[in-house]
Amino acid sequence: MTSTIPLTRLKNAGDLEALKNKIFPGLALRKDPNAQPYEGVTHNIMVCCDTGCTSSGAKAIVTAFEKDLAEKGLDKKVEIVVIGCHGFCEMGPLIVVYPDDVYYVHLKPEDIPEIVEETIKGGRPVEKFLYHDRETLKPVVKYREIEFYAKQNRILLTNCGHIHPERVTEYIANDGYKALAKALSMKDDTTALLEEVKLSGLRGRGGGGFPTGRKWELCRNAPGDKKYIICNADEGDPGAFMDRSLMEGDPHRLVEGMTIGGLIIGANEGYIYCRAEYPLAIRRLKLAISQAEELGVLGDNILGSGWSFHLHIKEGAGAFVCGEETALIHSIEGKRGMPTARPPFPAISGLWGKPTNNNNVETWANIPGIILKGGAWYASYGTEKSKGTKVFALTGKVRNTGLAEVPMGMTMREIIFGIGGGIQNDKKFKAVQIGGPSGGCLPDSMIDRPVDYDSLIEAGAMMGSGGLVVVDEDTCMVDLARFFLSFTRDESCGKCTPCREGSTRMLNILTNITQGKGKPGDIELLEELARNIKLSSLCGLGQTCPNPILSTIRYFRHEYEAHIYEKKCPARQCVDLLTYFIDVEKCVGCGSCKKICPANAIDGNKKEPHIIDIQKCIKCGSCIDACKKYKAVTRK
Amino acid sequence: MGSIATSGHAVDLAKLEPVFDKYKDMANGSLIPVLQGAQDAYGFLPIAALQAIAKRLNVPISQIYGVVTFYAQFRLVPRGKHVIRSCQGTACHVRNSARILESLKTVLGVAPGDTTEDLKFTLETVACIGCCSLAPVMMIDTDAHGRLRPDRVPKILDSYSN
Repeated sequence: MTSTIPLTRLKNAGDLEALKNKIFPGLALRKDPNAQPYEGVTHNIMVCCDTGCTSSGAKAIVTAFEKDLAEKGLDKKVEIVVIGCHGFCEMGPLIVVYPDDVYYVHLKPEDIPEIVEETIKGGRPVEKFLYHDRETLKPVVKYREIEFYAKQNRILLTNCGHIHPERVTEYIANDGYKALAKALSMKDDTTALLEEVKLSGLRGRGGGGFPTGRKWELCRNAPGDKKYIICNADEGDPGAFMDRSLMEGDPHRLVEGMTIGGLIIGANEGYIYCRAEYPLAIRRLKLAISQAEELGVLGDNILGSGWSFHLHIKEGAGAFVCGEETALIHSIEGKRGMPTARPPFPAISGLWGKPTNNNNVETWANIPGIILKGGAWYASYGTEKSKGTKVFALTGKVRNTGLAEVPMGMTMREIIFGIGGGIQNDKKFKAVQIGGPSGGCLPDSMIDRPVDYDSLIEAGAMMGSGGLVVVDEDTCMVDLARFFLSFTRDESCGKCTPCREGSTRMLNILTNITQGKGKPGDIELLEELARNIKLSSLCGLGQTCPNPILSTIRYFRHEYEAHIYEKKCPARQCVDLLTYFIDVEKCVGCGSCKKICPANAIDGNKKEPHIIDIQKCIKCGSCIDACKKYKAVTRK
Repeated sequence: MGSIATSGHAVDLAKLEPVFDKYKDMANGSLIPVLQGAQDAYGFLPIAALQAIAKRLNVPISQIYGVVTFYAQFRLVPRGKHVIRSCQGTACHVRNSARILESLKTVLGVAPGDTTEDLKFTLETVACIGCCSLAPVMMIDTDAHGRLRPDRVPKILDSYSN
């Protein structure tokens, strides 16, 4: 077990290599089906315990394995490895058994003894726990052969779900900190390192898409002896969780990326600003930092090079606007997180007035790969202007929710229908919202275009952090725009008038429309307000908050018109425009709707038609779900 | 944001000492970590504690009040034993999180931001907790509950009733 190898300070790159060679055999089970047992360990069971799988019950799976293995006397032979996000959250709790390379999904604690008996002792997969292909209905043993994984290209998430995120040894065994050692060997020629980053074509993964190498150069060339680098881990876009998964699943990659960045930019101190809503990510990062310091790959005199770099973690306190870099800097300084006008840009005057470079988690985490394998390698993925891969968080009404890393330039259709498996319950695809509250939606007619920074802007959306929320025919686009506005209105810091007042005005208009109080001229007024707010707001929050409105008007104007002129919601979602009632012809009086109604709004005697009291009805829709068999409850 | 009605309560200021100790070497920017530490110690931020922090860090109380009211995390009034955070993120929204919130409101009899009379539960909403793939989701204390249905809410709450 690699966890038993003692950590001693590494004095040079040779020590790092020696440590790697020492650890590597311990992980051979996961790479080679014919690997020999290592120190008596014959099997590794990888259990995904990411936030998503944990809430599906992954901890109980770990306990069940521990108990059953101990009872059967196998606890010394089988190692349970708690891993970070494996990606396919929809299938959780999920495990991979090595060296057999068997992938089991949707497990329950009572399934575990059978898996130990059959797979661990007998070497046979148990068919009923395997993933079954949706179309062929055939079981799939190896996860790599499942469409969800097969179409991905995991060069950034390469360790996520494959190593124990709390063991630095497992990171090192997978070439961890090798890029740092390489960078340090070139520390007298950091220009060459910067050229690699430029050559890679990497652009900021936080949403803006500014070329990373050029951004670094600005800060590097800025006058001043003290410089800072910051990692924006305040992933606040609702619908995005790729940064959380990276920090929880492979925290050392971020630490290594930032350390290399510090060397190239000329900064000796860095901050990771992580939202407090991610307690597990914060805990793992703190652990990673202390392990890296103990090993001497972070802190003073890194790998004996004479160069030092220190990393701190700052916990955010809950404010979406802190994703904006000047607001984030003020928050680290202990102030209200309100943006300030640029220039001066943080590259010239940032944290405590010093030159500061800020990138998000995914950007920093891409750096070790680029330095180790070269900028040209990275640039071999992607399109002409958008290089590399991008991690998308696939959510909403899509069958396969989870994390998908794909080369830039894949079409949205391939992501949603190939990797994502299409729409849940065989409903019709309506749109995909990309880029969160700052982004826009793409309708069916736009999803065959290759996805990159520029094509999305052209289509009225933006990359944002990469959250993809798929919506089907049951989602009202006016209500979706209203939802985003209510979010940005709440999160507006209130400093500048266009954003503070403008978002409130737009929200009022949208709310009126969804309540059947829309007036002719509202659409045009929204468009005019949106244009002005985009032009005159101080920071990115205000400048982008009208995007969801503009893109829904652009592609779904007819839905706005139906609400305003016909007082109808085509998706039958806007509750004020709906009434629930029970069809007396179809109702058999089973009482299941009455039982489920949270507002006690349904009455009726057994075996007689029930009725809904529309005064009490909160229009939650529970009764429709309860009456799937007879379909007696409808809404109009 | 509630009023600072708790100023009459006795506040044990000694609880702040370990917090001050932890951040004493931080030259700049220690205000937010200290406030986070104080909130961990008391469960909320009593006015007497804010006054003590102002004095110790030499920051005007007006500035501290500004910071406390800016960030969603800080609270000036006590909360219930268990904090329920109903996620209103995009993915939850399209999977009808409004129904979950309605059900929570009905069962608990309080609006978001309020605490039940027996001080057992505080109901809050949150923009996103990053469990989008399991939408709709709520978090009770540190446990995430995913793939919710309105009728499952009472049973989940029951499991926290002690």
